[in-house]
Amino acid sequence: MKTAGVFLAIAMALAVQTMLARLEIKGTGAIDLVLVVVVYVALVAGPVAGLLAGALGGLTQDCLSATGVAAVSATGAITLAKGIIGVGGLAKTVVGFGAGVLGTQFIVTGFVPRLVVFFSATLVHAIIFLGLSVLLDFRLTSVPYAAVLTQAAANAAIGGVAFQLIEGFPGFLERRRAMRGRVGRHL
Amino acid sequence: MALPDIRQRGRFLFGAVVLAQIILISAQVNSRAGVPVLEQVTFGIFAEVQRAASGTATFLKGGWTGYVALRGVQAENAELKTRLDQLQIQLQEQRALAERTQQLQKLLDLRDRVHLPTTAADIIGLGASPDFQTVTISKGTADGVKSDMAVLSPAGVVGRIVTPSGRASKVQLLVDRNAAAGALVERSRAQGVVLGTGEAILRMEYVAELGDVQPGDTIVTSGVDGIYPKGFVIGQVATVERRGGAYKTITVRPAVDARDLESVLVVLAPPVVTPEGNE
Repeated sequence: MKTAGVFLAIAMALAVQTMLARLEIKGTGAIDLVLVVVVYVALVAGPVAGLLAGALGGLTQDCLSATGVAAVSATGAITLAKGIIGVGGLAKTVVGFGAGVLGTQFIVTGFVPRLVVFFSATLVHAIIFLGLSVLLDFRLTSVPYAAVLTQAAANAAIGGVAFQLIEGFPGFLERRRAMRGRVGRHL
Repeated sequence: MALPDIRQRGRFLFGAVVLAQIILISAQVNSRAGVPVLEQVTFGIFAEVQRAASGTATFLKGGWTGYVALRGVQAENAELKTRLDQLQIQLQEQRALAERTQQLQKLLDLRDRVHLPTTAADIIGLGASPDFQTVTISKGTADGVKSDMAVLSPAGVVGRIVTPSGRASKVQLLVDRNAAAGALVERSRAQGVVLGTGEAILRMEYVAELGDVQPGDTIVTSGVDGIYPKGFVIGQVATVERRGGAYKTITVRPAVDARDLESVLVVLAPPVVTPEGNE
């Protein structure tokens, strides 16, 4: 995978993420598109690319979200109380590296295994994120199990679909071209 | 050297990135002490380095000063001991000099008090025979010293010149068994004669029955003997025994112990004696 493509994917994920947050579409706050991109890059390009993408995406996300709360917001997002740059980056770095290692050690090409990877990656990300929050002495009134599970499910769904679309897109174009050719010949 | 493929070094890169982000977080988060964690950790590590460096330096310094630098100490110690001995001798000399100066000052005071021509002399020897209480002084006929001249000290009467030679003289101490001096009780003016006993005590005789003598009275020279000037201390009454009206024994503790003397004053001109004993 080209480095530029990774940068572009992360930038787009951040843009869409912030756009969705601004529009306050119900339930979209639970989606972490940057995390989805990081896991995707890790599965496609390996652990090094995964960890670099995680570090880059996480740090950028930390820089852009300096006013969060280490709890579940009204939209279901899990954010930090203060703008501590590095917490999200660290969590996404670990997740990216882990997903990359997983992708190289196991065959993760099916739809369901990818769903599992995305789901697990989101859980690990949440554990690291909330763990660091507790470690840094931020007040966490309760563990947001529901929010974490919702985010994991959403990320898994988006990640799985994204994989299917991206992998299926070249075949779709091929089939469409072939279809047009047959129709032209009949005409 | 070829650069290693970064993809083969994934774990190291992962560790480096994680560490960098931990450092980044630490720089932003305050510890319970209120200072950034990064600063606290860095300071803590640096303090340990400083402690280790200081400990090493102290150890090396201790080793140097405790062992290596002690090579010349034995010689230095011997030299210092010698120096100490010299200084102790010097100290004793200075102390003796001060003492001597003090005695001479007293002698000078006495000389001013006497109003008679005198000469100072050092005691250069003690008597050769235990039967005779004498001392030898450093002045003789060459200095104008003659027989029967009184010898005084700041504390009181010492004795009289018995044998003058050219540059030295023998002094008969008042405690000698053959010595005597006209005396009176300073308080009651009772007169008598003080006699030597050959020991460290004097005897006072020929005191009138009406004379008032009490233990502790000061006995001074009366001047009637034509040797000792009037009014110089002989000693203090130690004991008084009376039988009937007469005094049986009066003992006098001498004011001067010749063994402690170093310098004396010789009265060069004999006192002029009046019938009443006044000079």
